[in-house]
Amino acid sequence: MTITDRPEAAAAAPSAPTVYANPGTAGSVMSFKPRYDNYIGGQYVPPANGQYFQNPSPVTGQVFTEVARGTAPDVDRAVEAGWKAFDAWGKTSVAERAVILNKIADRMEQNLELLAVAETWENGKPVRETLAADIPLAIDHFRYFAGCIRAQEGGISELDQDTVAYHFHEPLGVVGQIIPWNFPILMAVWKLAPALAAGNCIVLKPAEQTPASIHVWLDLIKDLLPAGVLNIVNGFGIEAGAPLASHPKIRKIAFTGETTTGRLIMQYASENLIPVTLELGGKSPNVFFADVADQKDSFYDKALEGFTFFALNQGEVCTCPSRALVQRSIYDGFVADGLDRVAKVKQGNPLDVSTMIGAQASNDQLEKILSYMDIGKQEGAKLLAGGARADLGGELSGGYYVQPTVFEGRNDMRIFQEEIFGPVLALTSFDDYDDAISIANDTLYGLGAGVWSRSGSQLYRAGRAIQAGRVWSNTYHQYPAHAAFGGYKQSGIGRENHRMMLDHYQQTKNLLVSYADGPMGFF
Amino acid sequence: MPDRLTTDGAGVSAPAPFGAPSRVDVTDAAADMLRHLAETNGQLMFHQSGGCCDGSSPMCYPVGMFRVGASDILLGTLHVEGTYPIDVYMSKSQFEYWKYTHLTIDIVDGRGSGFSIEAPEGKRFLIRSRMLDDRELEAFGLATHGAV
Repeated sequence: MTITDRPEAAAAAPSAPTVYANPGTAGSVMSFKPRYDNYIGGQYVPPANGQYFQNPSPVTGQVFTEVARGTAPDVDRAVEAGWKAFDAWGKTSVAERAVILNKIADRMEQNLELLAVAETWENGKPVRETLAADIPLAIDHFRYFAGCIRAQEGGISELDQDTVAYHFHEPLGVVGQIIPWNFPILMAVWKLAPALAAGNCIVLKPAEQTPASIHVWLDLIKDLLPAGVLNIVNGFGIEAGAPLASHPKIRKIAFTGETTTGRLIMQYASENLIPVTLELGGKSPNVFFADVADQKDSFYDKALEGFTFFALNQGEVCTCPSRALVQRSIYDGFVADGLDRVAKVKQGNPLDVSTMIGAQASNDQLEKILSYMDIGKQEGAKLLAGGARADLGGELSGGYYVQPTVFEGRNDMRIFQEEIFGPVLALTSFDDYDDAISIANDTLYGLGAGVWSRSGSQLYRAGRAIQAGRVWSNTYHQYPAHAAFGGYKQSGIGRENHRMMLDHYQQTKNLLVSYADGPMGFF
Repeated sequence: MPDRLTTDGAGVSAPAPFGAPSRVDVTDAAADMLRHLAETNGQLMFHQSGGCCDGSSPMCYPVGMFRVGASDILLGTLHVEGTYPIDVYMSKSQFEYWKYTHLTIDIVDGRGSGFSIEAPEGKRFLIRSRMLDDRELEAFGLATHGAV
């Protein structure tokens, strides 16, 4: 997820250590609290049932904090707190809200290392990524929507000389947001920033796999938001997520996750007749046309990085380029060079700034990835790299590490069709342009895709032909706030990022005004 | 209504005759958890998920919570002693890619997944897969395609 800062630049910052100390130990830039309650109405309150669940770090497998096990009464309380705050918050000026969003961004920037280390400890991803991507992107997201809301205008339509239609943007009210565990802070911010900018109040349910880092963020910024504008209820999906998604008093529900839960969210939304936005993942093709290998230059080098991007964030990205399609005429050479690059992916302590691949986010995720490696082998796919759990020794032995893995096979195999959500690449070849597009589109999903070519017209045609909401062209894994992100087909409904995201958090009010002096003449 | 996959025209809501091919099975550990969950949730069902995060996993719900429909297919029914029959569904589109595999529902230590009801127990249902054997391919009318 490269952005403005390059990972090596972040790692080379003069004051930055080469290995960050574990949170809570001597020399660490941050500590987690031993316990996190729910945050409702501007204060931390214990869960209604008094229960907590333990939260392990994927880095070591050891528990580092416990978190409120919220249930329906906590959700009720949070929704109520949201409505109590909404009257005032929904009427704040866009300038006021933009200032608050910018201040949140500034606080985050001042605490970049703290947030990055917290996120790494929570999720297992390398600090190289949290320093250079997760947190800087989240910061920029607040600034982007601060700008958007200031620049947004309503509309005036002059219907005739005496009749005018005014269109105003209004916030929806209290909205529900259910956050995934792969980018706990960034995915929360993708939903929070537009919702807050538009003047909504929020009840947010973090993933139970990664429930704590959002509270580290909240501690930094909570004084900037009026009480009740943002409420966080932790807990399990069935106990806290379902009561939130089905709550009769929320005006919208946003969810990132998988298809079955996505359907359930829509089912609840249909009962309450509220809108949903869903981001449900994909099986993204990464297409390398033959002309990529015309020269062994820096563009070729860039394409090899593109090939290796399946390992970013341990493959736990909805747009993971988990299917590589390489044109047959360059296949052997390009794949050999690609595997060389994969072999150079450094696996290790996620808090070491030189580590490129860290731990999978949870034990069950690790188990699922291993089960897919097993089915890949059974289906007859050829293992070209990796293929097993990685034991990194010492305290990391308890963590959830997987070797970057490459399988060669056919697009109808299950490892080519199902989102493994791990560092597992399914590799195949194609003959020509039509073959490439056909294989690329032979999937249930359509979230992301990559196309690599030196020919501008080929790049353009392929990008338009692939049925996916985001086609990276001669790049991959860039997530600027200013580019719309969302899926075709079973990858979901609606978009995130970009100004258009405001539409998902706003109601349109039309005032239809007659300035005519006399009656219309019907009666 | 979801489609039902049948092996003998008689439907799969009754236990399959001993030795008859089935697409789904359950491990003893998963069966124990299902018995435990059934005590408080009543009759259960599974829907196999796709997509990101907790996707590609079997989601367990009390019957009535998740609406199956015409886009789904009933893969089979688990008969776990001490519970009502547990139907296992998947979307038809996903089944097209899964039809050559036999699925066994297992359980591992885990930390939540969607709205599946076992999560608070600190466990997670997981699919173990194997390719259908020749006899099963024959029984399911897939023999001409080959498994691999």
